[in-house]
Amino acid sequence: MPELPGLAKGLGVTFKTMINTWTKGAVTVQYPHEKEALAPRTRGVIALKEENCTVCMLCARECPDWCIYIEGHKEKRPPRREGGKPRTVNALDRFDIDYALCMYCGICVEVCPFDALFWTPEYEYSESSIADLLHDKDRLGEWMVTVPDPPALEAGAVKKK
Amino acid sequence: MLALQLPYWEITLIKTVIVLSIIPAGAVILGYVFLLKMMAHMQSRMGPMEPGGFHGWFQLIGDGIKFIQKEDIIPSEADRRVFALAPLVVLISTFLLYVVVPAGPRLVVENLDVGIFYALAVSSLGVIGVLMAGWASANKYSLLGSLRAAGQLIAYELPLVLAVVGVVIQADTMSLQGIVHAQANGSIFGVSLVGNPFILTQIVGFGIFLAAAQAELTQTPFDMPVAESELVAGYMTEYSGFRFLFFFMAEFGTAFALSAIAATLYLGGWYQPFFKTGVMADVLGPVILGIKVMFIAFLIFWIRFTFPRFREDQLQTFAWKFLIPLSLVNIMATAVFKVVL
Amino acid sequence: MAVTEQQRIAYIASQAADARVNVELQTEEMTLNLGPQHPATHGTLRIVARLDGEQVVKADVVCGYMHRGYEKLTEVRTYPQITTLINRIDWLSSFANEVPFILAAEDLMEVEAPPRAQWIRTLFFELSRIANVTLFIGEMGVQLGALTPVFFAFRDREYVLNLIESATGGRFHPNFDRIGGIKDDLPKGWIAETKDAMRRIRGYCDQLEDLLMGNEIFEARTRGVGVIPAEVGLSYGLSGANIRASGVDWDLRRDAPSPLAWKELDWKVWTHPDGDSFARYWVRLQETREATKMVDQLLEGLPSGPIQAKVPRIIKVPAGEAWAHTENPLGEMGYYIVSQGGLGPMRCKIRSASFHNISIVPWLLKGVYVPDIITILASLYFILGDIDR
Repeated sequence: MPELPGLAKGLGVTFKTMINTWTKGAVTVQYPHEKEALAPRTRGVIALKEENCTVCMLCARECPDWCIYIEGHKEKRPPRREGGKPRTVNALDRFDIDYALCMYCGICVEVCPFDALFWTPEYEYSESSIADLLHDKDRLGEWMVTVPDPPALEAGAVKKK
Repeated sequence: MLALQLPYWEITLIKTVIVLSIIPAGAVILGYVFLLKMMAHMQSRMGPMEPGGFHGWFQLIGDGIKFIQKEDIIPSEADRRVFALAPLVVLISTFLLYVVVPAGPRLVVENLDVGIFYALAVSSLGVIGVLMAGWASANKYSLLGSLRAAGQLIAYELPLVLAVVGVVIQADTMSLQGIVHAQANGSIFGVSLVGNPFILTQIVGFGIFLAAAQAELTQTPFDMPVAESELVAGYMTEYSGFRFLFFFMAEFGTAFALSAIAATLYLGGWYQPFFKTGVMADVLGPVILGIKVMFIAFLIFWIRFTFPRFREDQLQTFAWKFLIPLSLVNIMATAVFKVVL
Repeated sequence: MAVTEQQRIAYIASQAADARVNVELQTEEMTLNLGPQHPATHGTLRIVARLDGEQVVKADVVCGYMHRGYEKLTEVRTYPQITTLINRIDWLSSFANEVPFILAAEDLMEVEAPPRAQWIRTLFFELSRIANVTLFIGEMGVQLGALTPVFFAFRDREYVLNLIESATGGRFHPNFDRIGGIKDDLPKGWIAETKDAMRRIRGYCDQLEDLLMGNEIFEARTRGVGVIPAEVGLSYGLSGANIRASGVDWDLRRDAPSPLAWKELDWKVWTHPDGDSFARYWVRLQETREATKMVDQLLEGLPSGPIQAKVPRIIKVPAGEAWAHTENPLGEMGYYIVSQGGLGPMRCKIRSASFHNISIVPWLLKGVYVPDIITILASLYFILGDIDR
């Protein structure tokens, strides 16, 4: 069969795509009505688990944009065992992440030695005023419910002790 | 018209109102179905879905309203009167095209004996509007763009006319109603079921007419004058608001009109083999013509969305060195066959 | 009746107006400013061209509208922070920007990433190449007026971006490479999804070959336009597909030593003798297909093992200087790190491909017709972030 001229083949491609859109649907998602399911590792927003945070300031130091604002103070807590000394513990006063500056790089989540920061795939938190993009401690705590469960261990995996 | 005998001025008024409403209606329908929806489907997406609810049918009308309420900006160096008149000249040439297109055995504004000749002559008026727009904009890029556009439009007038000559030779008449009747009463090798649409014998002419119409409408692949991603933004640069809306309506209105003329010349116009006369023919005529117009417009826009654009000199070479000789050959062949058969 | 003073002034004014227009229409040289905001340049590039009629007499490239001070930023950041930032130099193929930097740092630290990490690095490198060049294949159509190919490009590129997202968390800026290896291992089911995506990309390449490359109008617009002879290209420092389209058989993946896994794969370097815009398009299309085949081979042969070598928690790179370069999608990208033993480099010089690729534009645009300027710029394929850093 003789080669179809390129012009005709091009027309065929667009025509076939049109038929595909009619029969199999478009590749686009009608956003407010349908939403795409994102991968669990997607970096949407950072959630804070306050009880794990020891105010070590590693995340604030390592952030390339310096968008984490932490304030804490030392407190005395009752001893762990009977008859011991009262422990000095860092208490968290303020933990703000400014999402207007955040680059979503994940360095803070990665360096936190106490697993206080988690990624979640939530992305619908746009605001009409830039100042509202500063998420404070409570709001960051609210994001914890959206953190996906860690993936199941594969067959033959060795559990960490 | 129809069964009424109204005084001349009343009939003219009714015809004027009908045509004036067909232009934006045709433009909106063509724009919505092909520019918004068909283009989207060819690109694996849906097109407008929100405005108006069902598949965004209100999109273009809303755009029109938006354009009308915009500020009217005229450059300070511009020639105000010419600037304001340019889109109107293009719109007038579109309006005058609809005068001869028949939509039914008795539904035509004016059945001129030189129908197609008049239509082609009037469509050239748009070139003046383009030149006026480029000149009055006081912007050297607009001027260059409009000179390029004028050159292209004039170059492609010739293949348009020569392609039509083939149809005229075969139909023995220049009146569009006459051409429809010639197709209706003809037969294909003795079978007169669907008449003899000239697309079968004039397939070469049909191709030339479509290519020339594509260039007349400055659609890709001939849209260098209005190229969106090019340097010179074209003769419409300085136009905004409702003046731009006029250009847009003129473009799509002309697309509708040229598709209607192509449907009349090559596909048999309003003719359908079931109801040849009577009221049903007048009722079905516009519907059938509408379907044929959609088919031709589909071809025009299909080509628009698939191909990249020609460079200006390649465009002119295509017209002068390819289309015109081909159309002359088509005329000769038609004339020979007309005498022989 | 005598002419009034008003009428006389009006007449003189109209003559003067006509004279002004006449002067404007004289064919003397006109300066065309293809300004920083323009749909045809991939970002804020400015080209000031002097035209004589339709031909360019002289063209100047004014870049720097997007300068973000990367080299200065690297002086005051630590290595993990820099890895995040340099993702954004060539944003379409972000992972590829991280690799030469990490390789230079590993060179100074004398740390070698384990084989699995090197293979996964190569995998993501080739995926970012596919993400980058599929967009080029589509958007060259848009520059020439074909509206549809770019939508196909975005549609099929989504599959690759989704893959990168499911493995790294970020579609565009993966921030995945670390000194000593990579951040995470691949998630479950990723390998099968990638094979599927590669099949789609190959289908997309075939579709675009029918739609655009085989199109006679496309050929008429690109053949013979913007011819770069090989010696001129090499003297201007062109790299990547631009120089391979002029017939120079040079590819850093094959010709330069590198710890990544390219030497273990069976692949071919594509060249084209013509050196015109069509050749550049053709070479990139073939390279995309080749990249999909390389990804398939990488998936087949992925070694098992650790993904990160033993590196201290706080990374201090010992003093020294190191240079690492790789064959990025846009060309040759390299980093020259001068370290004085601190947490971050003392100075990091970034050799970005597009900056050198567009240095040929003033030479190339001489004598070219105005519509061809767009074709040539589109075929050279630069990213503004890469030019300006």
